[in-house]
Amino acid sequence: MRAASLLLLALALAANADERRSGRDTMSVALRALQADDVQHPAQLALALGREQWSAGAKSCASCHGEPDALRGAATRYPAWDRGQSSFLDLPGRIQRCRVRHQQQPAWAPEAEPLLALAALVAQQSRGLPLQPPRGPELDAAAKRGERLYTTRIGALNLSCAQCHDERAGLRLGGSLIPQGHVDDYPVYRLEWQSLGSLQRRLRGCLSGVRAKVWAWDSAELLALEVWLSRRSAGMAMQPPGVRP
Amino acid sequence: MATRAVITLPAAIKAGVAFEVRATVAHAMETGYRTSDAGARLPRDIVRRFECRLDGDIVFAADLFAAISANPYLAFWLRAAQSGELSFSWRGDNGFEHRETRPLTIA
Repeated sequence: MRAASLLLLALALAANADERRSGRDTMSVALRALQADDVQHPAQLALALGREQWSAGAKSCASCHGEPDALRGAATRYPAWDRGQSSFLDLPGRIQRCRVRHQQQPAWAPEAEPLLALAALVAQQSRGLPLQPPRGPELDAAAKRGERLYTTRIGALNLSCAQCHDERAGLRLGGSLIPQGHVDDYPVYRLEWQSLGSLQRRLRGCLSGVRAKVWAWDSAELLALEVWLSRRSAGMAMQPPGVRP
Repeated sequence: MATRAVITLPAAIKAGVAFEVRATVAHAMETGYRTSDAGARLPRDIVRRFECRLDGDIVFAADLFAAISANPYLAFWLRAAQSGELSFSWRGDNGFEHRETRPLTIA
């Protein structure tokens, strides 16, 4: 009897097992090795720049935050709702906000090298921690909108995110494996880009891939989709910065 | 922005025992075969030559070409009998030149 109930319990657990898989676990062995080895990691130059940026200037990041590892766990809690400015912020957005408000410096262009470098440095501090996107009425509404965007067919190819990354994840698009589209390693060094890039760059690339109108940087649509994606990947361990093909 | 390079040497190096040197430099390695969004040909801008010297003598060198990725990363093995100074230089198109030096300490 007891053995039978244990067996049932094991079966139930297996049925509920997390079937989500990070993109880093479905990459080739060579790419996984590249991401796992800090010395070979193609983002190491960006991380070096990030450390330089961290303590550069009279009012540096370091003058308020101390060492970068003081921000361990910070990257797990984005996108967030900024009540003061009534806007959503992803991690690069938060860094921009900090730069403008506290350092009185002009904001960087989207995907500027120092911005990505700092985002990579801050995100790196949260390695191994599970994604814990915050909750709240505004974020819940954005997540709902993001989920709707995720499942809505768009573009000349008339495809939704879900059709590839939910229904066809694990299959191939041309020679490439379709990943489940988790957001646990951003910013990522994409070999195709030959540089670091943010989640927004990745999403804009997908939009242009399905021949849809590409949403503007930091638009409500992109941020809502980011909020939904962070909840979709909630609980998965981060390993940023990632490497992707 | 200042050119950056990352060079990694083992923590402890023994006389006569081979050790691995890893070096990467920040460079876009523009192939010369791509076009801009406006359709104009992007001129070639690549690192052409990498040299590693130990106290002035070349111990490793490489010629680089258009097919090499951005931020070229080179890993190679050296063997040294005594301590000295390792100097690294990258030279390329448009007068690109970057130098780094690292002390080589034999335990």
